Amino acid sequence: MNHSPASRNSQENTPPPRILTLQIDGQDLSGRADETILEIARQNKIHIPTLCRLDGLSGHGGCRLCLVEISGQNRPVPACLTYPQEGMVISTASQRLQDYRRKILELLFSERNHVCAVCVSNGHCELQELAVELGLSHVRYEYLHPRLEVDGSHARFIRDPNRCVLCLRCVRVCAEVEGAHTWDVMGRGISSRVITDLNQAWGSSQSCTACGKCVQVCPTGALSEKGTSVAEMIKHRHFLPQLLAMRTNRRE
Amino acid sequence: MNKARIATTWLDGCSGCHMSLLDIDERLVELAEQIELVYSPLVDTLDFPEAVDIALVEGAVGNEDDLKKLQLIRKQSRLLVALGDCAVTANVPAMRNAFKLEEVLRHVYTATASSQLQLPKEEVPPLRDRVRPLHAYVEVDLFLPGCPPPSEAIFFLLSELLAGRIPDLSAKSRFGA
Ligand code: SF4
Ligand code: FES
Repeated sequence: MNHSPASRNSQENTPPPRILTLQIDGQDLSGRADETILEIARQNKIHIPTLCRLDGLSGHGGCRLCLVEISGQNRPVPACLTYPQEGMVISTASQRLQDYRRKILELLFSERNHVCAVCVSNGHCELQELAVELGLSHVRYEYLHPRLEVDGSHARFIRDPNRCVLCLRCVRVCAEVEGAHTWDVMGRGISSRVITDLNQAWGSSQSCTACGKCVQVCPTGALSEKGTSVAEMIKHRHFLPQLLAMRTNRRE
Repeated sequence: MNKARIATTWLDGCSGCHMSLLDIDERLVELAEQIELVYSPLVDTLDFPEAVDIALVEGAVGNEDDLKKLQLIRKQSRLLVALGDCAVTANVPAMRNAFKLEEVLRHVYTATASSQLQLPKEEVPPLRDRVRPLHAYVEVDLFLPGCPPPSEAIFFLLSELLAGRIPDLSAKSRFGA
């Protein structure tokens, strides 16, 4: 896992960042060499869809929804992890990229059991919102319908792997912000799972501080608060920028 | 002007999408003037008619009868609309797909039953191993997700189709709406 983005510039006496010129979707722009293509696009109100990315956490590059094309390179790259170079010509919304993004979403929907109608996060889910944003009307792949146990062993929270998209925000926020590293990943590819401690019931975890940060950053209904019913789980993410800002201020 | 021949039906669903259709309320009168409802749970006809212009199909394909009906509907309709999440994604009915069919039947008809029931064999269509959405079997022309799709979205769909346009439904509803 990479170190936190906040630490990139925290050393003292670093020279001011280099400013580069580049082009995104036909617009001539300038941006700092130490900011990702995604950050520069956002500053210029160019929207690139993202899922695993969350401001305040390290980059992961897992979901691939933020793929962009760079002139002269055949392979698209994730905007959330790619830094600009002088004169780069970037395109964010070609037909090919939109097809890829829709396919990624379709694979996510078909891989687990995202039954939106009966999900605690219905109406407040980033996966569901992306389907609307990318105009996904149906899923062309066969649904896999894996059989996955819900873990209700924790006193306050529920883990429902049926809704997990493996964004690893829970893993990152727990390790990088809470410092507990309760969450991790087990298995490979399609059989990857996020687990607590040594793949044990969440309620039996010795390292979990029950802070709930993982629940709040989880984009779907995979992690939720106990006692919430369909559509009732509304996540509160503002704690993360606030907390990080407070910590930076204290350091200065 | 010829009235558009409309058919509606439900397969493995809960009839909620039809409730939402009825929730169009008084604007149904407006629609009724332009359509002929040739087949529906809301009318008396027993057999699915020929030369249907628009078929709205609610529900997933869960049993052999659903599949037979769907194939007939496809053959005899110009436009087939998957109406609602069960038709579009297989939704809640497909939650049984994580289990073996025998397990499901045993659980429902014996394990949790209050009296000694037997597995139904006669007069009910056999369940298929997996519940799947309509487009797993036939070509679907339009998808309107939602559980149920808002009546506003169904009204928009029908008025656009009646005006001879293929509507863009992407902003009108969503999975789970
Ligand atoms: S549990 Fe939630 S936050 Fe963790 S990987 Fe799955 S979707 Fe992401
Ligand atoms: S947001 Fe860039 S890979 Fe997920």
